[in-house]
Amino acid sequence: MLEKYDFIIIGGGVVGSMIARWLSRYEASVLLIEKEADICMGASSANTAIVHAGYDPLPGSLKARMNIVGNPMWDQLSGELSFPFERRGDYVVAVGEEELPGLDTLMEQGKVNGVPGMKMLSKAEVLAREKNINPDVSGALWASTGGICDPFAVTIAAAENAVMNGVKVLLNTSFEDFIMEGTRIVGIKTNRGDFGCRWVINSAGMYSDEIMHKAGIRPEFVIKPRRGEYFVFDRADLTIDNVLFPVPSLKGKGILVTTTLHGNTIIGPNSVFGEEKEDRSTTHEGLEEIWQGAKNLVPCLNQKHIIAMFVGLRPYGNGPCKSPGIDYQHDYIIEIPTEVQGFVNLGGIESPGLTSSPAIAQEVVDLLKDAGEKLKEKKEWDPVRRARPRFRDMSHKERKLLIEKDPRYGRVICRCENVTEGEIAAEIHAPIPATTYDALKRRTWLGTGRCQGGFDMPRVVKIIADELGVSPLEVTKKGQGSNFLLRPTKQVGA
Amino acid sequence: MEELKKLICISCPQGCTLEVTVEGKTVLKVDGESCKQGIEYAEQEITDPRRMIASTVQVKNGYHPLVPVYTKMPIPKNTIKNVLKELRKVELTAPVALGTVVIKNVLGTGIDVITSRDMPTRTAEQDHFLK
Amino acid sequence: MVLKNIYDVVVIGSGPGGLAAAVAAKKEGAEDVLVIERDMELGGILIQCIHNGFGVEIFKEDLPGPSYAQRFIKEVFSLGVEILLDTMVLDITPQRKIYASNKRLGFVEIEARSIVLAMGCRERSRPQIRIPGTRPVGVYTAGTAQRWVNVEGYMPGNRVVILGSGDIGMIMARRLTFEGAKVERVLEVMPYLTGLTRNYVQCLLDFDIQLQLRHTVKRVLGNNCVEAVEAVQVDEKWNPVPGSEEIIPCDTLLLSVGLIPENELSRKAGVKLDPITSGPYVDDNFQTNVPGIFAAGNVVHVYDLVDWVTEAGFQAGKCAAKYAIVTHRKESNYVPLIAGDNVRYIVPQKLDKRNLEENEIRLQMRVTQPIEQPVWIEVHDKENLVARKAERYVRPGEMVTVVLKQKNYKDVEKAENLTINIAPR
Repeated sequence: MLEKYDFIIIGGGVVGSMIARWLSRYEASVLLIEKEADICMGASSANTAIVHAGYDPLPGSLKARMNIVGNPMWDQLSGELSFPFERRGDYVVAVGEEELPGLDTLMEQGKVNGVPGMKMLSKAEVLAREKNINPDVSGALWASTGGICDPFAVTIAAAENAVMNGVKVLLNTSFEDFIMEGTRIVGIKTNRGDFGCRWVINSAGMYSDEIMHKAGIRPEFVIKPRRGEYFVFDRADLTIDNVLFPVPSLKGKGILVTTTLHGNTIIGPNSVFGEEKEDRSTTHEGLEEIWQGAKNLVPCLNQKHIIAMFVGLRPYGNGPCKSPGIDYQHDYIIEIPTEVQGFVNLGGIESPGLTSSPAIAQEVVDLLKDAGEKLKEKKEWDPVRRARPRFRDMSHKERKLLIEKDPRYGRVICRCENVTEGEIAAEIHAPIPATTYDALKRRTWLGTGRCQGGFDMPRVVKIIADELGVSPLEVTKKGQGSNFLLRPTKQVGA
Repeated sequence: MEELKKLICISCPQGCTLEVTVEGKTVLKVDGESCKQGIEYAEQEITDPRRMIASTVQVKNGYHPLVPVYTKMPIPKNTIKNVLKELRKVELTAPVALGTVVIKNVLGTGIDVITSRDMPTRTAEQDHFLK
Repeated sequence: MVLKNIYDVVVIGSGPGGLAAAVAAKKEGAEDVLVIERDMELGGILIQCIHNGFGVEIFKEDLPGPSYAQRFIKEVFSLGVEILLDTMVLDITPQRKIYASNKRLGFVEIEARSIVLAMGCRERSRPQIRIPGTRPVGVYTAGTAQRWVNVEGYMPGNRVVILGSGDIGMIMARRLTFEGAKVERVLEVMPYLTGLTRNYVQCLLDFDIQLQLRHTVKRVLGNNCVEAVEAVQVDEKWNPVPGSEEIIPCDTLLLSVGLIPENELSRKAGVKLDPITSGPYVDDNFQTNVPGIFAAGNVVHVYDLVDWVTEAGFQAGKCAAKYAIVTHRKESNYVPLIAGDNVRYIVPQKLDKRNLEENEIRLQMRVTQPIEQPVWIEVHDKENLVARKAERYVRPGEMVTVVLKQKNYKDVEKAENLTINIAPR
């Protein structure tokens, strides 16, 4: 018998997870499949972690609408799902007089889009607010509704809340093809078997083009990976309190300087088109580009304090804007196409995709309702997902109490980020189990500090092995084919 | 025929560069040494090169799965590979004390391989921490 | 084990520096010495340094790391040093309060009369030297690989490239060869060897492992696991020489590219760091700018020989003990004054007994409740009455004064504390 669902969501990024959480509110069976060993492995995992105010997207585009609708949803969302989010506001910084007109353009665009709380700041005001900024700054656009979040925490919280409310999540499960009855989609084939369904929701990010092509939709639509490289700095050496954008250019929002909610300064990204959808390799040239770009905003950056670097891939699409009279070819696709039945099609969800994700989830629900889907609210739906304890953020007193309850919280495994065995074990046994090193890293921030796991790695591998009841040889960094260890030391030639 | 050979003395961390004049396997002259160990090393290295070897052997029920071992004296260089092979066959049972002979007179070299630390049993170690 | 509230000397870290400091502190006469170690056993990195070459300077013997450590571990136990294992120090204040946690005792607060910082150093990691490429499994610092191979009993790979000709890198090249791996190459960006020459001879030359100076890793290849690295030659200005690129297939890249003193705790304690060494500024007693906080070993600067770390540990431990003993002597001269019946507070809160030998001491206090009749103001050492004074009444608005005279010294000297009570006559 084929396992049957009302909805199957393809892709466990922030958009897929938000949709799962939104659908979990209704009386319907939902399956989310993710091809990787964890959720939040694609574009959602490597970005600037900013909740954008909304002055950047082109007025009239779906991007602009989703951004503007999405931004105010974050306060309630972070409250319900207990993920860290701070509305710190952000700055677009003009360096030199010649960049000042760029700020006016953005201000105008923001007003048309309907962004509240924007203000022009003078040179003196900017210098007073951020001590590390380039002294040649000429002014800045301030947007009070900009915010920062932890994109892993957001995605994981949304997916967990969905699971709490009955959604099934299958990891390591990749879409292979649709099962059709005429022009109606009735299921999907995956590497882990077939599943029946009434609706498939395409939130496959980088691969959304391939999925819609399999359904026969939009053959001209292609996703190109647009790479962005980043550096992360040791928070003990440098703290930047604010989100600082440069004045945008044709290439995009530009190389910014921002801070994570953990206090680490981040610089990046550049914008380079790649060919490979999985190529997350940094390049010498790219790293140099972001270095120079960031130095223009914050000259005191010091290479010595870099502790990590990574690449994010933006799923850059060629979806045309639907608004009449606007010639824009890189808009979001959020639609229920008429060529096939039972398909919600999303594509090209790049920045501000994180900001827009709750709005997109709501949009999907609205589209389904418009399509005649009778979504009946569950009585027992629980919108609240509680965060698990984070030793690092606790007071001495709270720590004491926590360890009294579970002594494993007394054993610190990651010295730089103060992550305990208790937290690691809790994540391994969470509603969406973290079974790889990277999955634990993204949830607890172990190994993200200045020693980059040099100390904790052997200990964490042991804990994962013990908790899962497997050999350390089976423990991986990020899923199949990424085992840390090859063989026992003494088994030569085995 | 006389020959000049360059060696680096490994007797101590200083690592002096030695210029050794040899004829066949006979050392005629040593230059560049900072102490008499250099001369001894040159003599040894030309006639019978030897090395200290440190590795590990398996230990059953130990706090760690391996216990480190080393050769009490330097062993002939050409026996290293086979000594390592012998060590792979060994399995001790915890507890093991520092200095325990792991292989006596390894491969007839006259030299013992011994452990370089205590290895308590898993439970004893845990008890030890709980005290 | 029951922790004391206050220790003479607390040593943080039990590598060679910490163990030597604990031994020296105890020998110098410090009574309560505590070593806090984050690992499950004492010895620090020596536990995984199973090769020989330790102790030539101070023992005139060529010992493997674990044996070298064990000599000190034995001594630490026989001297009665207290030990906290599997315990992470989370915070140190400039007032020498230490916050730590472990599984058995939970979250603990410990006061120290002096502290020896002996946290050692950490290895530089890949991002710090900006090696571009993918982020697969299989790129480790040499020390992490050493831990796995020598202690945990697992090999991270079979075909290895090592970046950096530091000692740990070369020693790992030999270790991995011993355990059946093939070390494809050792690359060194500098035009010279950065480790000891003798390690070049006995770790690389002996096993025909190729060393390439002025070479570095241009990028890492492979998505899930390392599949190869691209090596490249660099010119005098560290720029890659075009055309010199070479793809070296391998499954592991080990980094031996330098060590950085581990001073995050030192910073929290207000210890000033030298930007060149990345370690604390110290005086010739290894005391930092914070009085009573000492530092020893690789936490101060990176040593080439463990023997010198041990010597630094001895010196720091000895001076820490001296400091603690002097502090302790000062503390034991003090007698706290306790506000007893109907006393709200007393100033001073404690008195130095030695002052009473030569001077009288004026104690001033306020009462909690008015007593409108004659009262005794009595100074007690437990049951023993030390002094008393009569007043006709006491009122909260009016300060009360009692004077201790030189003749009271005999009584006060014996006292652990003094309580003042005010009651009707």
